[in-house]
Amino acid sequence: MFGILLLINLLSPFLKNYYATIFTGNYFLDPLIGALVGSISFGIPITSFIISGELLKEGVSLLAVSAFILTWSTVGVAMLPLEISFLGKRFAIYRNLINFLFGIIIAILTILTLNLIT
Amino acid sequence: MKKENKKISKPLVFMLSVLGLYAILFVFNKYLIMEAFINTIILFFKLLPILLLVFIISVATNYYLKGDKVKKHLGHESGIKGWVYAMISGILISGPPYILYPLLGDLKKSGMKDSLLAVFLYNRNVKIPFIPVMIYYFGLAFTVIMSIYIVIFSVFNGLVIGRITKK
Repeated sequence: MFGILLLINLLSPFLKNYYATIFTGNYFLDPLIGALVGSISFGIPITSFIISGELLKEGVSLLAVSAFILTWSTVGVAMLPLEISFLGKRFAIYRNLINFLFGIIIAILTILTLNLIT
Repeated sequence: MKKENKKISKPLVFMLSVLGLYAILFVFNKYLIMEAFINTIILFFKLLPILLLVFIISVATNYYLKGDKVKKHLGHESGIKGWVYAMISGILISGPPYILYPLLGDLKKSGMKDSLLAVFLYNRNVKIPFIPVMIYYFGLAFTVIMSIYIVIFSVFNGLVIGRITKK
């Protein structure tokens, strides 16, 4: 955990200038990028919240961060061989593909609902 | 003489690698590295009470929820109850994939449907012990809205996966 915090604070000064150009608030691109990054990342879910929270402070959109959180624990590219070996190839591949898509949809719906309420 | 096979844990390797990176970059820009280190310490102490809460809730849920209980309710012909149990156990059970997949593999062999497996795995996104961290960073409204959507979509997930993997 402390290692993750160290890495976030080390990379933030270098990356924060690029966030505004990458994450523009686009309702499709932002969650797509977030979901792609979340899918290839892995670790305990609390790490994803801390990384996302800090990225949010640096200017990454909430849309991207939401998709990132959602795909972090439900899409596991790195864990796919393990999942295939225990739960079957067809199940694992389809589950990951559907979860990727759902990650984007839920991120969009969450932000739309949040905007409607607040 | 017996050879001792001591493995260094992955988190420790990660931590040492990051510290190594700090040491290298310190040579080039000591002010930037000092600032990053101080910010990390500040952030760590800010998060400490929340992390403590996460630890207490995790220990409590793991103490009361054992694999056998899950096995009992998610097996053959569990019906609608099975879907509810899959949702609840997905939310309550925590653990890394390399522990959960063998358990789920066993359940699948004993007759657990693919749709219930999918529901269980999708609800892992709602983690009660981590809710304080989520609220701290994203607010209560965001946390509640996202959690509700996850539970709703876990049902869609189960329905779609069940249909696709049906032989």
